[in-house]
Amino acid sequence: MKILVAIKRVQDYNVKVRPKSDGSDVDIDGIKMGINPFDENALEEALRLREQELATEITVVSIGDSKNEDVLRHGLAMGANRAILIESEESLQPLGVAKVLKGLVEKEKPDLILLGKLALDSDAGQTGQMLAGLLNYPQGTFVSKIEIDNNKLIVTREIDGGTNILEMDMPAVLTADLRLNEPRFVKLPNLMMARKKTIEKIKASALASDTSTKLELLEVLVPPSRKAGIKVSSVKELLEKLKDNEGIQL
Amino acid sequence: MKILVIAEHNESELNESVFKVISAAKSWNGEVDLLVMGKNTVHVAQKASKIKDIKSVIRLDGIHLEHLLAEDAAKIVEMLSNNYQVILAAHSWFSRNFLPRVAAVLNVSLITDVLKIENNNVYTRPIYAGNVHAKIQSKDPIQLLTIHTSLFEACARDGGNAEIIKKDTPPAMNLTSWKSEKINKSDRPALIDAKIVISGGRSLGSEENFDKVLSPLVDELGAALGATRAAVDAGYAPNEIQVGQTGVVVSPELYMAVGVSGANQHIYGMKDSRVVVAINNDPDATIFQFADYGLVADLFDAIPEINKLIKE
Ligand SMILES: Cc1cc2nc3c(=O)[nH]c(=O)nc-3n(C[C@H](O)[C@H](O)[C@H](O)COP(=O)(O)OP(=O)(O)OC[C@H]3O[C@@H](n4cnc5c(N)ncnc54)[C@H](O)[C@@H]3O)c2cc1C
Repeated sequence: MKILVAIKRVQDYNVKVRPKSDGSDVDIDGIKMGINPFDENALEEALRLREQELATEITVVSIGDSKNEDVLRHGLAMGANRAILIESEESLQPLGVAKVLKGLVEKEKPDLILLGKLALDSDAGQTGQMLAGLLNYPQGTFVSKIEIDNNKLIVTREIDGGTNILEMDMPAVLTADLRLNEPRFVKLPNLMMARKKTIEKIKASALASDTSTKLELLEVLVPPSRKAGIKVSSVKELLEKLKDNEGIQL
Repeated sequence: MKILVIAEHNESELNESVFKVISAAKSWNGEVDLLVMGKNTVHVAQKASKIKDIKSVIRLDGIHLEHLLAEDAAKIVEMLSNNYQVILAAHSWFSRNFLPRVAAVLNVSLITDVLKIENNNVYTRPIYAGNVHAKIQSKDPIQLLTIHTSLFEACARDGGNAEIIKKDTPPAMNLTSWKSEKINKSDRPALIDAKIVISGGRSLGSEENFDKVLSPLVDELGAALGATRAAVDAGYAPNEIQVGQTGVVVSPELYMAVGVSGANQHIYGMKDSRVVVAINNDPDATIFQFADYGLVADLFDAIPEINKLIKE
């Protein structure tokens, strides 16, 4: 079984980003970047499936410019067999990413495609479902457990108020929730080794003819902040303030 | 201009969010239809037809729609899409599961978690865990959106008499099959609708403490209980009460953050609350920047004291 894992390079989750001074985009200059956490869960799960001898080959793929090589090397250091950089000058929206990945899936024919359920930068949470739609594959989103039985996938999904379980044939597309697993720590020697591995390169235009979108970013804004609050000195004062200032009767 | 709102329901009641999405749909000054799909939608469609702000209720029934699978839901919306210029739903795990699939097949973008709708299809939405907002314009022939419902007022629930139109349901896609479901039932109000939410963090220290310290106050106030991801990961609270970017987004009248540090991802889920109270023993905790009232105190003293004073 071949698994394809799509990974994105995003800002560290602790960083608070700001708009550029002219508001034209987000200012991410000098910000610590790395693999999108949910994608790391997706890759970890692929590695575990290989450790159970259910998977044979794991390929990590990222789309963008040469900067993305660092997350691909991180993926190789975690244990992926191969890494592919899909070169694209423009920064693609989820639909464009899904179209490019569809082209790669048709070429590589993986049995399972794993992605994170959300990217920390765009907060869109769409790529996996879009890819499944374009391929007309079964999909399992927000997955917190994956089992394989008789070549069937049995996935547990996080839904409102609890979980549900779906069964499906492969090929399929799954998106990982943070609860899926605890990603392994990458050891330094593995990182050193991953530096020497080759990264295959394909042009995005060779995989999808039209990746443009009809969305235009007009402005990046600082969200309205909450009005400055006050500190109270006691529980009694807190309850009085809630009642007198806010009209909340507890 | 024709607009389709996708309703979430439990075969008996429409979800609260539906009324808010209908308000958002009115931004276009067009005719709004409501889509109700499921195993048995007769009853809920009848209730829906009373909503004044809608033109018709589009109803699709099918045995295979009992546990609405993404592939089937997407197929239905795709099938209806050529009648509409705008299609929208609440930004919930329900719609996030299948609307991207619809978007891809229709070759349009999906704009998620819309905070604000302006003329000419200009929207504001959060990016980078809500740290910044993006203002975007879409020139797609169909505007496909999910709405951040806490920022929209609910529309009136009655006064209308919409026509109910039953449509043929496409056959089951049979790509996935539903096996089982586990929903944790609680007598408390649902997190998303509660007037008061009290959330605890990792600082509670154990599952036992989480319950022992917070539950008496939560129940006294008829509130809902929430948790941070750190508390959920530590096993103190179940995942479905996690508030934040990866959890539930709430906007109650009163939000109390108890022993919560105030990470971006948590703030994302509660910053639209009307009044925020933070209790933390670290005077420099980030959460105080988002709180209307901050109390620097040990939660193990403060929470029982609040409960005691309220009872008096
Ligand atoms: C991809 C990703 C997504 C995430 N999504 C979410 C999400 O949806 N929701 C979410 O909540 N988090 C999320 N997180 C985690 C988030 O970044 C923080 O780690 C988490 O919110 C911290 O939880 P906490 O405040 O309980 O714990 P901590 O950060 O450990 O804070 C505990 C706080 O309690 C205070 N405290 C300790 N003892 C006491 C006491 N006795 N009395 C009073 N105060 C006390 C401390 O001063 C501290 O401020 C996400 C993280 C990632 C990487």
